[in-house]
Amino acid sequence: MHFEARFSAVGGQGIILAGTIIADAAFLEGLQAAGSPTYTAQVRGGPTKVDVIVDDDAILFPRTSEIDFFLSLATKSYKQFGVDLKPGVPVVIDPNLVEIPKEHEELYTIYRIPIIDLTAKNLGRMVYTSAVALGTMVALTDVVSEESIREALKRRAPKGTEMYNMKALDVGINAAKELHATMA
Amino acid sequence: MTDNGHNVKFWPGNIVVAEAAIAAGCNFFGGYPITPSSEIAHHMSALLPRHGGHFIQMEDEIGAMGSVIGASLAGAKALTATSGPGMSLKLENLGFGYMVEAPCVVVNVMRGGPSTGLPTHPAQADLMQARWGTHGDHPTIAIAPSFHQEIYMETIRAFNLAEQFRMPVILLLDEVLGHLSEGVIPPEPGSFEIINRKMDTGDPKTFLPYNVEKEDVPPFRPYFDGATWHTTGLNHDATGFPTTNPEYIKSDMERHIRKVLGNRDKIDKVEYYMADDAEIGVISFGSTARAAMAAVKKAREAGVKVGMLRPVTVWPFPKDQVYEFGRDKKYLVVPEFNMGQMVYEVERAVHFDRPIKRVNKVGGVPIYPNEILAAIEEVA
Repeated sequence: MHFEARFSAVGGQGIILAGTIIADAAFLEGLQAAGSPTYTAQVRGGPTKVDVIVDDDAILFPRTSEIDFFLSLATKSYKQFGVDLKPGVPVVIDPNLVEIPKEHEELYTIYRIPIIDLTAKNLGRMVYTSAVALGTMVALTDVVSEESIREALKRRAPKGTEMYNMKALDVGINAAKELHATMA
Repeated sequence: MTDNGHNVKFWPGNIVVAEAAIAAGCNFFGGYPITPSSEIAHHMSALLPRHGGHFIQMEDEIGAMGSVIGASLAGAKALTATSGPGMSLKLENLGFGYMVEAPCVVVNVMRGGPSTGLPTHPAQADLMQARWGTHGDHPTIAIAPSFHQEIYMETIRAFNLAEQFRMPVILLLDEVLGHLSEGVIPPEPGSFEIINRKMDTGDPKTFLPYNVEKEDVPPFRPYFDGATWHTTGLNHDATGFPTTNPEYIKSDMERHIRKVLGNRDKIDKVEYYMADDAEIGVISFGSTARAAMAAVKKAREAGVKVGMLRPVTVWPFPKDQVYEFGRDKKYLVVPEFNMGQMVYEVERAVHFDRPIKRVNKVGGVPIYPNEILAAIEEVA
């Protein structure tokens, strides 16, 4: 098993944490994980991404080349980092923030999920964006189990926020599942 | 990574260095931040006060290296970290460190060069600088790990070697490893060897700082413990004061070199990968070795008899191991993330008697496995 995920956004949206949670969840399942964040010079407002590789064997080359899941929260980061994706893979975009080239509709399976709105409406604090984003990946892939992601997220969550993080994860999972059901 | 996952740390390579330094007993960091090494300084500034150590950000890298040597001579286990441009500035005092025999560890998280080069993008172009960057004849110990668990253990080994042989030891990382996060299980304290410099226990009043009558590594006394001694970058005798006596200097320079080349069994380290029955040999170090291993694995799956040698200790170069590995190979492939540096050592190690395919790259994008695979297929 070899799985590559990429989360991209603009600096300040807090998306980098999603990579750490996936890695922690992989470790809980006895898998290997490696990840590299990319920042531009502008940590706030510049395109950012985090790549995570999960494998059941040693990860030799630690860079991504065939991505299995891509999520983007900004057009400029989609443009810059929406490359090296395998054909047909799930691509989650926030339709309020991301415009994609027409041909990508055919190339990938596009899920339009308003992650930012959902976070604002259900959680009230944007700090939970990465947990909502993670939820969509949990629903659309089976790289690690939902239980492991929950456990990893609980361990990383600041004390007192565990409940909100679990709720954020559910918001992402449910939104992706509901959308997926309509697309099937 | 097993351990039910609960003790696995998902750390960037730079954080691994800092954590391992503390585990090795490091109690001083003097530095000046530079991307892509800065996280080492950041993390040490948080860790050291909690562990009773000291952190100082100096005015520049020259001062940083000076502070590390001063701390070392006062008895501290000292660390500094930098990248190419900063390493260039540290070189003068690095030579001073060799001359006065100050144990310390210098990390170079390599980026593109020369000069300010290619900030934040990786390279492996400081390999020869590590060996010959500072002037004069001197032995070098430099270590270039490839995986994060290895970075942890090799950082500890770097401190151990520095202490054992009373000299600076260079740890070569690059931006790929420095910023890559992967799983590390820090070993239990007490489960690994910690070496501390041999101390002089005689009368401080008659202490000779470079007394090498009985052994090649002079026993140490820290500053401020009652002994008075002189420290100079000039060639010096047992008293620490300058000498121009040709015989003394000759024997002392030979001793410096013997400290390293006479102890290769304690310093050398190479790893092999799928090397049994290999007809084609790949030799690669650091982060590029990971791409090379991925290429070797793929080529083996396609039935190509290829194997690999990975120097972990890059200086002194493992020439005997490379000779043994390379002498019966049909072809050698040497991928390195520069315009060609280690390949010169490989050529010499195999007595210029084996055909060698170079795989070189610059520009900030690492060598990908398929580029190495193509080179393997070309010579297969």
